[in-house]
Amino acid sequence: MYAIEAKGLVKQFDGFHAVDGVDLKIPEGSIFGILGPNGAGKTTMLRTLLGIIDPDAGTRSLLGSDRPITQSRNVGYLPEERGLYQSMRAVDTIAFMGALRGLSLKEGAKKGRALLEEAGLGYAAEHQIRQLSKGMAQTVQLMGTIVHDPKLIVLDEPFSGLDALNQAKLEKMIRAQAAKGVTVIFSTHVIAHAERLCERIAIIAKGKISFDGLVSEARDRLRPQVHLETETLDGPWRSALPLETKSEGHWWHFTLPETGVEPLLTALVEGKAGVKSLSIERPGLHDAFVAIAGEAVAAEMDDADVGEAK
Amino acid sequence: MKEIIRAAFVIARRDFTAIIYSKAFIFFLLGPFFPVLVGFAAGNLGGQIAKEASQPIVGIALAKEEAGKILSARESLSKTLGDRYFARMVVVGDPAADQKAPQSYLAKKSDNLSVVVTGTLAKPVITGTANAIQRERADIELLAGYAQSGGTMTLPRSTPDIVVESANNDKTLRTVTAQGGQFLIFFLTILLAGMVLSNLVEEKSNKIIEILAASIPMESVFLGKLFAMLGMALLGISVWTTVGLVGFAAIGPDLPNFPMPAVGWPMFIGLCFTYFIMAYLMLGALFLGIGAMAATVREVQTISMPVTMAQLINFFFASYALTKTGEPIEQFAAIFPFSSPFAMIGRAALEPVLWHHAVAIIGQALFAILLLRLGVYLFKKNVMKSGSAGRAKDDGARRLFGFIKMPG
Repeated sequence: MYAIEAKGLVKQFDGFHAVDGVDLKIPEGSIFGILGPNGAGKTTMLRTLLGIIDPDAGTRSLLGSDRPITQSRNVGYLPEERGLYQSMRAVDTIAFMGALRGLSLKEGAKKGRALLEEAGLGYAAEHQIRQLSKGMAQTVQLMGTIVHDPKLIVLDEPFSGLDALNQAKLEKMIRAQAAKGVTVIFSTHVIAHAERLCERIAIIAKGKISFDGLVSEARDRLRPQVHLETETLDGPWRSALPLETKSEGHWWHFTLPETGVEPLLTALVEGKAGVKSLSIERPGLHDAFVAIAGEAVAAEMDDADVGEAK
Repeated sequence: MKEIIRAAFVIARRDFTAIIYSKAFIFFLLGPFFPVLVGFAAGNLGGQIAKEASQPIVGIALAKEEAGKILSARESLSKTLGDRYFARMVVVGDPAADQKAPQSYLAKKSDNLSVVVTGTLAKPVITGTANAIQRERADIELLAGYAQSGGTMTLPRSTPDIVVESANNDKTLRTVTAQGGQFLIFFLTILLAGMVLSNLVEEKSNKIIEILAASIPMESVFLGKLFAMLGMALLGISVWTTVGLVGFAAIGPDLPNFPMPAVGWPMFIGLCFTYFIMAYLMLGALFLGIGAMAATVREVQTISMPVTMAQLINFFFASYALTKTGEPIEQFAAIFPFSSPFAMIGRAALEPVLWHHAVAIIGQALFAILLLRLGVYLFKKNVMKSGSAGRAKDDGARRLFGFIKMPG
């Protein structure tokens, strides 16, 4: 069963294809990351999937319904552009957001107080939003997103603007929701967050999905890298190294051969290479992202990462 | 439908509470009092100035005995005709004693005379400007005649026989009631529709709109805002009416004496209320559609000005149509949705037929729904752009009119 399914989704603004033929399947109960640089189409895609805007072409299904608004009570959404009523009290804000999703105001306020207490913000329940710090206000909005116990939580750039401490709290909350069986989808341009949290990711650039699958599958697209240090610099063992091997003094760097590490080790030992150290490094998501999305897109992501990634 | 209404009430409750606790609501409540106060003050001041500047004074330069007679006649007749009926009269001289020319009395600025009466009671001579003579002549002749009769002339007392209606009352006088109803609806509508617009723009600048759009149907958002403003309007009307009635009771002036409308007062007031709601819903829905597409307050002001002017033209059009009852222009005003509430309240004042109103109200309600749906459609089509999509063509005109395909 999929929380979200999209086929051939297209959304354009004045001839600009913000979403360009997206096919996507997001399984229920997973933490799913949508990765892409700023302007890749992440927000428009999420808005289209949630029914905030209608696609120009293609089909979408949210929790089994092709009319996303009918699933409103089962969905929590935190938009990229945070917005709250400045004169509203924190607890009323959470209750109001719950009421939008079908909760009674009384129940929403009760749950809101409990959530604020849980987050150590109980003292701020009666404070107006304008009296809260930016991080606290974002936390209140996040609580408004989950107060009605949704089956699906969609967070658009949730880490943006948060300090390291609040980022860690948010990661904890995402994991806690996922542990309850809630599907969590978040978009980010910071690869580190996706790498830490997600089981599955989609990589989007210029409105198109270039990868959709498990994080491990993305990594597996690249062969592990071998870093070898030897005592000797030459000998019959050299023929066992792949042709594209790069050397730096006694260090040798190369991609793990298809045949695996054992034949290589045998050749090194028998050829008396004098192995001082050997490490096999599995590629990170960043490397996989570069390989999938291309250097240019990755560079854009890296630029945007500055100051945001830990 | 049930969910749309439920969600609309969530929005309406939030907006209503937020509005009535805001400073803006105080100004909204005080709003209508300012023109009334200014008008009242200006009227009083203007009246006082006019009274002091141009109150005519008649100079009497008759022989002493005759001057006394004419002053007595004025005093006597004023009891019947009212103290203000005749101009003030002062004795300025005795021709037998000072032999002055009448013009010399008029030339004296401190006396400020409008005319001077010389000669005799039997043959009075009135000296003054043509306008002043025309104004005072009949009164002076009446007083001179009465003075000559020695107070024996009596005015007959008529017996009043009051009827409720007359042919003249039916058409001409009811038009006054019709215009009063039209103006009331127009004034309230314009006052409120603008507030709906600024409320939605504030929502967009708060960036709440995306949360709302993701949670509930946009129809509910629009409808909720209209309900909230309507609630506020009704509260405002209650306050204004109460203050007005208390004011009238305290100050004491008679209530304006509008001729009875053709459908009767209770039905007319009910229709006024209904047509106000319809006019407000239509204009409010139109403004919401505009507000949903406009990104800044400046854009809203730019676009709302012509809409307000168009509404003003609508009002004048409907007022004009009042004088053309039954003619095609009046029928068009009654059918055209934006002028229909004004034209129909005019009809309610002039004609007793009721089924026209049922049809008009249904038509106006359907049109309001259509406008609301159009607003939602335009909102979904033209807004919520982000990132490079939003930046690519982010000028105001395109956002506002993007749904119209422009050549090139």
